[in-house]
Amino acid sequence: MMKYVGTAVAVALGGAVFTAPAMAQNEQFIPALVYRTGAYAPNGVPFANGIADYYKLVNARDNGINGVRIVTEECEFGYATDRGVECYERLKKNGPTGAAYVIPLSTGVTFALTEKTTTDQIPIISMGYGRSESRDGSVFQWNFPLLGTYWTASDIILQHIAKKEGGFDKLKGKKIALVYHDSPYGKEPIALLTERAKRHGFETMFLPVTHPGVEQKATWLQIRQNRPDYVLLWGWGVMNSTAIKEAVAVGYPREKLYGVWWSGAEPDVRPAEDGAKGYNAVTLQHTAGQFKLHEDLKKFIYDKSAGSAKWEETGEILYVRGLINAMLGVEAIRTAQAKFGNKPMTGAQVRWGLENLNITEARIKELGFEGVMKPIKVTCADHEGARTGRIQTWDGKNWQITSDWYVSDDNVIGPMVKEAAAKYAAEKKITPGCLTN
Amino acid sequence: MLGPILETLIGGLMTGVLYALVALGFVLIFKASGVFNFAQGSMVLFAALSVARLSEVMPLIVAVLIAIVIMVALAYAIEFLVLRRLVNQEGIILFMATLGIAYFLEGFGEAVWGSDIYKINLGISKNPLFLFEGIFPGGLLIDREEIAAAVACAILVAGLAIFFQVTRVGRALRAVADDHQAAQSVGIPLNYIWLIVWAVSGIVAIAAGMVWGSKLGVQFSISLVALKALPVLILGGFTSIPGAIIGGLIIGAGEKLAEVLLSPMLVKWFDLAGGGIENWFAYVLALVFLLFRPQGLFGERIIERI
Repeated sequence: MMKYVGTAVAVALGGAVFTAPAMAQNEQFIPALVYRTGAYAPNGVPFANGIADYYKLVNARDNGINGVRIVTEECEFGYATDRGVECYERLKKNGPTGAAYVIPLSTGVTFALTEKTTTDQIPIISMGYGRSESRDGSVFQWNFPLLGTYWTASDIILQHIAKKEGGFDKLKGKKIALVYHDSPYGKEPIALLTERAKRHGFETMFLPVTHPGVEQKATWLQIRQNRPDYVLLWGWGVMNSTAIKEAVAVGYPREKLYGVWWSGAEPDVRPAEDGAKGYNAVTLQHTAGQFKLHEDLKKFIYDKSAGSAKWEETGEILYVRGLINAMLGVEAIRTAQAKFGNKPMTGAQVRWGLENLNITEARIKELGFEGVMKPIKVTCADHEGARTGRIQTWDGKNWQITSDWYVSDDNVIGPMVKEAAAKYAAEKKITPGCLTN
Repeated sequence: MLGPILETLIGGLMTGVLYALVALGFVLIFKASGVFNFAQGSMVLFAALSVARLSEVMPLIVAVLIAIVIMVALAYAIEFLVLRRLVNQEGIILFMATLGIAYFLEGFGEAVWGSDIYKINLGISKNPLFLFEGIFPGGLLIDREEIAAAVACAILVAGLAIFFQVTRVGRALRAVADDHQAAQSVGIPLNYIWLIVWAVSGIVAIAAGMVWGSKLGVQFSISLVALKALPVLILGGFTSIPGAIIGGLIIGAGEKLAEVLLSPMLVKWFDLAGGGIENWFAYVLALVFLLFRPQGLFGERIIERI
């Protein structure tokens, strides 16, 4: 019996290989590094769904990007840096022109791929993560930390705190703690906080939490003992909900707790239930909720039962972030096509598209993202493209926007970027300069 | 200063009880079969997922009862499909088999129950208790859930002690633990004993999973908590139930005190890049104990004729 089953499986697999259609020449391949399993799956799944659905929508509604259909393949890496690099290596040459770009959704993988993608000529879109200095496109020619870096995030939080206190001068003598994922990601805001502390005379306290972040008792006992005036949270996955629960357990006021945009989604607050009420997070521009684009998503994808998520999940923060990230990638390809022709683009051509990306208010409206994000204009000198954000607060059921727009202060961040990028260039023997094509 | 140290010590001891709950499952299986069950963490995750998802559609108590049935069925499947075929094989072969079971259970659990964060609500208030507020400024903080865990642990240990010492099955279990072949030769059914011990271990996993799940939310990382049971076992010995408890308490208290008191000093003195030492400090503590008692605090001293 087993022999027959084995034969049947072999025939089925062989058939699949031989009957799979050869990849057409008019297709644009985009790899998808995802984590739908493992410790970080609750955050990885909605983001991956948002990206997948946007590509489906572009194919179903517009027949691709100017007639070039998007082909994507997911590779599961469980948020493990080594497996993420493996996924990249496996997928980078797929499609008629190779990978258009890569979205790692991991600062660790972004760090690991930064040199490889330069050699492979494939741009990295690290929207809202990665090295903060990578916004300097003359050194990091292939990295695009679109919409915001961690220095932008921490600066916006500090501006908000300063505003609440009555100005930056009122921060003198205050104590601000950072509870961070003990990884390259978590350490990113330390430089900005140190710089701001030096300027304004507040005290900092840095408290690392080891992966995956389920053990935080000692950290929060230190918070209880030192009573910082504010705590910034730089977590991911289960670390976020555990931090909020521990804040409840030691009685630290959630109103004084501010998360980065990767600590401000529904999976981060729901497990803590009412305990999360009053907790704040900086936004990567957008918050939760459905918008104009969802009409098309419903019509072309969800009404045809082709959606990756449940319909009611399509307004969640990380799903929306996936949509925005995919849209920025698609628009970069479209920008590149305007220069190089309506055909599948190479990584190098998409890099040019990213560096010349200019999404105006009118274009945002056309794309169905009105009210979700602000315009973005990328240049060689500025691979971040936009540095704005707001503060949102969890009311026990939903995220509510509770501040105006802030723009991170380039008088503080600009020189830091310049110095860090120059240091990186010297270490890696890179001659800074803008690529023309 | 005394208040914060006492608070850290109490918090550490309470966390240690939670580690001990997971370590108990390892000890049970190791005692009865000499197998280091790498799948124990995955069993805790699977049990917690079962309780959490079932309790969404039925009362918690019913969900727990069904979860017990699931864990017993799982024990039967493991015994029938894996262990029965590996009787009298080297310990390392059995260990590798449990490694396979661990990965299967994690993947299967996520496939069946989902990979989101789920809730187990034990009805215990999340707000802490503050004791001796008159003596220590701000009082001594105690987590109510951890008190519940300590009570659950005490009940389990008492129950297991009675089970092992008094019942006929318990005596048979101890005989199997000493020598598989000798136990078989006097008529003790090995397969039946293994089934019992894996089932009991599954039930302990439910208790551990419920406590950890209520504290952290039920999701994949719970299986990683089992890694914290390893230094507990190294320290307490692989065959001793009291060892698991004492080991848990020492590791819990040691790592928390180290993180709060030692870590800031290390960072300051050596200008370290990171300060999170509690994860590896637990192993250092266990290794220091091993220097003096290689078999662990309560483990059996193995003397072999050569």
